[in-house]
Amino acid sequence: MDPEKPQKKDKKTAVLQGNEACAKAAIQAGCRFFAGYPITPSTEIIEMLSGEMQKAGGVFIQMEDEIGSACSIIGARWGGKKSMTATSGPGYTLMQEAIGFAAVTETPTVIVNVQRGGPSTGQPTMSSQQDIYQARYGSHGDYEIIVLCPSSVQEMYDFTMRAFELSEKFRTPVILLSDEVVGHMREKIIMKPLPKETIEPTQIYASSPREDFFKGANSMVEGQLHDELGRRIGHIAPKSGDFINKICSKITDNIKEIADVEAFCMEDAEVAILAYGSVARSSMNAIKLARGIKDDRVRAKFRIVKDLFVRGVPATIQTDYSHLKVGLIKVNTVWPFPEEKIQELARNVDMVIVPEMNTGKYCREVRRALWDKTVISMPKCGGEIHSPNEILDRILEEVWCK
Amino acid sequence: MNELYEKYIKKESLPTLFCPGCGNGIVQFAAIKAFEKMGIKDDLACVSGIGCSSWIPCYFKMDVMHTMHGRALPFAEGLKLSRPDKKILVFSGDGDCLAIGGNHLIHAASRNIDLTVIEINNYIYGMTGGQKSPATPEGSVTKTSPFGSYDEPIDGCSLVAAAGGTYVARWTTAHPVQLEKAIAEGIRHKGFSFIEVLTQCPVQAGKNIFGEKSPVAMMARYKEMTYIYKEGMEIPEGKVRIGKIKHDTSRKEYTEKVLQKLEEKNIKKGQSNG
Repeated sequence: MDPEKPQKKDKKTAVLQGNEACAKAAIQAGCRFFAGYPITPSTEIIEMLSGEMQKAGGVFIQMEDEIGSACSIIGARWGGKKSMTATSGPGYTLMQEAIGFAAVTETPTVIVNVQRGGPSTGQPTMSSQQDIYQARYGSHGDYEIIVLCPSSVQEMYDFTMRAFELSEKFRTPVILLSDEVVGHMREKIIMKPLPKETIEPTQIYASSPREDFFKGANSMVEGQLHDELGRRIGHIAPKSGDFINKICSKITDNIKEIADVEAFCMEDAEVAILAYGSVARSSMNAIKLARGIKDDRVRAKFRIVKDLFVRGVPATIQTDYSHLKVGLIKVNTVWPFPEEKIQELARNVDMVIVPEMNTGKYCREVRRALWDKTVISMPKCGGEIHSPNEILDRILEEVWCK
Repeated sequence: MNELYEKYIKKESLPTLFCPGCGNGIVQFAAIKAFEKMGIKDDLACVSGIGCSSWIPCYFKMDVMHTMHGRALPFAEGLKLSRPDKKILVFSGDGDCLAIGGNHLIHAASRNIDLTVIEINNYIYGMTGGQKSPATPEGSVTKTSPFGSYDEPIDGCSLVAAAGGTYVARWTTAHPVQLEKAIAEGIRHKGFSFIEVLTQCPVQAGKNIFGEKSPVAMMARYKEMTYIYKEGMEIPEGKVRIGKIKHDTSRKEYTEKVLQKLEEKNIKKGQSNG
């Protein structure tokens, strides 16, 4: 057979739920240890992996709580197995200390957070993007972390694979910040396998032991600030300061490589929508609606009929978005904040609107980066995703007011 | 330096941060002697949590994980499950193991996963300066129980035995030889082993609980306040039982159970394809 030619086996398509795609991708990426605790809306991941992981020759364990799950995946990684856990809101809060531990000991591991509405028990079955700051600042102390935000089932699959790749390369925990909408939707996806001869990436360390356990290297995994041999330096101020700088800069110095920001219709755009996660989907549809891009998935006609019932005829007649030149900046790696990339993409627009399913958190970062532009926050709490028309209506409103 | 110390202790990490007269050194040396007798250095990793006693393995020339407060057990479980062929030794204090890590202890014991836990019980939170721990005797005046502790102490050995741990023993720092044997036996035992060691903390527990600051006097006291159970003996009142408390080889170990099930289902361990 011709090795160049893509073989039938290499490309599988399937209709999967977001959570299932995440589970499949984990196994595909070489994850062989999963510890978890059931929590809505991430339970499908643990359910699927309970069998699949063992079938793939890996280890599955249902721990007594999320703290245990987060700790055991770190232990397992030092035993030499790529590891992952999946959770949601309250469980993610419990994991924070372990995430800090993984960051300080430079343990590569993947933590999936399928966001639900909070705070506290909140809205177990509804979606939100309220953990966007917790994903970045959740654990105490200063550290940098990589957070990926999928907006479709395909991205749930691809980003899970990328999360493992990034975590191994930068020796850091990576958060896959999904949400209930993406986790529970079903879509057709293409499952690409890893290239057969994967080159082990050169790993970037700050200051920690490098060898896994039981290799005769006498690795010392230490939660206190430590030197290359794992000896504590927490009581020495200058050395500790250096450690913090090193552990942060190994991520911030490589933002260009990590950052993944997509642009759609930005060439001639006057207004940009900046979105991430599931809200990026409706933002995309908003653009298609305004630009008249035909897509089966944009149910514009249905929307107009629905509008007739909901808002009456005059409202529907008014909503003509064709004069709006809207573009989309879709942020896939929300942290580390891809400041330069966003500035570059947004350089020609006057106005940026940031719809998100929280009280307008990410908008603050965007406003800081695009200080010379009009940045409008479009928060929405309650668990419902923004509709394309809602976003466009808001843009119309702002453009008129200007 | 002692020959064994030279072999097992990282010189560059010394001095230890233990106070003069601390019992941790005795436990440390008992463990080293057990390793040497078993010749297990390369097939063993140590995991510990936070507290004075959790610093014991940090000086070892072997693979060591010094983790979060109370979470040594889940870390150790992850490590064990990813490398079922190796042995894991967990060092934990009374606060680390019974208070903040109590839930993990119950579940690890109930799984009967092959770990050996050495719970170093000094009856107090030493590192933070002498506060009440779950093992502190009722009525003791400590930094956080100025009118005497209201809580009845938790007995770690009974807890683990009841939860399903299959090897349970208790010794004191006044019994270093027996302790060494128990550690070796615990490591050899396939299943969850729990060894409690009563150690002297002359600085905090000595001052606050026992009213004597001499480590020697404290060790003598431990000898006095304990008894070794013999079949049919009358149980002395107010004394703590030491020696081997439970040794059950009939229960299957967790990783063995997993492997057996996978074999039944015709799934080979280590088989790798997406």
